[in-house]
Amino acid sequence: MPQLDPVIWFFVLGVAAGAARADLRLPAAIYDFVSTVLLLAIGLKGGVELARDTGGLPLAELGGILLLGFVLPLPAFAIARHIGRLSRPDAASLAAHYGSVSVGTFAVVMSYLATRGIAFEARAAVWVVLLEVPAILVGIVLARGLAGNVAWGHLLRELFLGRSIVLLLGGLAIGWLAGPDGTAAIKPLFFDLFKGILALFLLEMGLIAAAQLPTLRRHGLFIVAFGVVVPLMFAAVGTVLARAIGLSPGGTIVLATLAASASYIAAPAAIRTAVPEANPALSLTAALAVTFPFNIVIGIPLYERLAVALAG
Amino acid sequence: MEQFPRRLLTVVTETVLERELVAEFEALGVRGYTITDARGKGGRGRRQSDWAQEGNIRIEIVCEPALAERVAQRLRDRYYDHYAMILFLQDVSVLRPDKF
Repeated sequence: MPQLDPVIWFFVLGVAAGAARADLRLPAAIYDFVSTVLLLAIGLKGGVELARDTGGLPLAELGGILLLGFVLPLPAFAIARHIGRLSRPDAASLAAHYGSVSVGTFAVVMSYLATRGIAFEARAAVWVVLLEVPAILVGIVLARGLAGNVAWGHLLRELFLGRSIVLLLGGLAIGWLAGPDGTAAIKPLFFDLFKGILALFLLEMGLIAAAQLPTLRRHGLFIVAFGVVVPLMFAAVGTVLARAIGLSPGGTIVLATLAASASYIAAPAAIRTAVPEANPALSLTAALAVTFPFNIVIGIPLYERLAVALAG
Repeated sequence: MEQFPRRLLTVVTETVLERELVAEFEALGVRGYTITDARGKGGRGRRQSDWAQEGNIRIEIVCEPALAERVAQRLRDRYYDHYAMILFLQDVSVLRPDKF
């Protein structure tokens, strides 16, 4: 077992403090600030690397990843509906959360690979953008049907102008335009402090995850099993796709982690308004209190072994 | 000092609804509203104000009684079933009737 990345301990601290009802809360403005810096940093890093690399964007690879975003919700829905015996809206909501991705988990895998000196494709930030929205759309269609009463125009606007997409794409564009030299002046905040900011983000996520524990107790075993088994399955799918489109071992770990991750920011907000009869606590608890900790503590090292085994 | 009677409609609900509700208010002809972050406990459990995904807001609207009634009815019909939402109405007095 490799040593745990110190940032993970901040998550553990948040969960412990939250569970013990310690007097600890980050103000909403701090959470907004921290997540903004993280999203911009991820975008900028990708943009700077893209500016360095003149290869351009491989369309087959990006198309394959976009397709993954549309396909992943389907098995998740089937499992939740037929094995979990959940109502249609609840199963569709879980499908949307698990098909979509978590930027927090992406930040942790970036930090993990950086610590271990494993390189991965600079354009990985683009994969996050591609994977965020499709599954949410599929989830809504699974709940409502194609003819359903959904304000699609309004919904698409909210999704594509959501803060994660805007900040990731904005960061990518600025990083790409400014290049390595141009971003030197902002490097101290966005690159050098990345781990410290990530630690604060994880502390807050730990506190929020701890707040989900009562729901977890209520829904019990299925949510825990779903939150562990589905990421493992999806990581395997991500790994196979990564090999098929010829990603590096580092890129394979990133794509497996993205496939395994579950959205807890974009998906909850969109599903809450588009599928109001789904129980929001169910999906959020699974994504945040089960899958997120599972991925950052156990999942990522496991996906690394899988990628190494397949590459070897 | 002359005072004019109006109704104060207060709504406490989920943060995710903010944009949608604002659009409803505009469509119904509400001229002004005040929104603040809120936290508390109710039929759907304890709600915090520090994370938008499960946060609460408190909306206050001062307007003509008939309009307050229409807004309250619209919110009840459309949101009560699936969202954490309460609302209540009070009589208030204002000094500038043309504003409300």
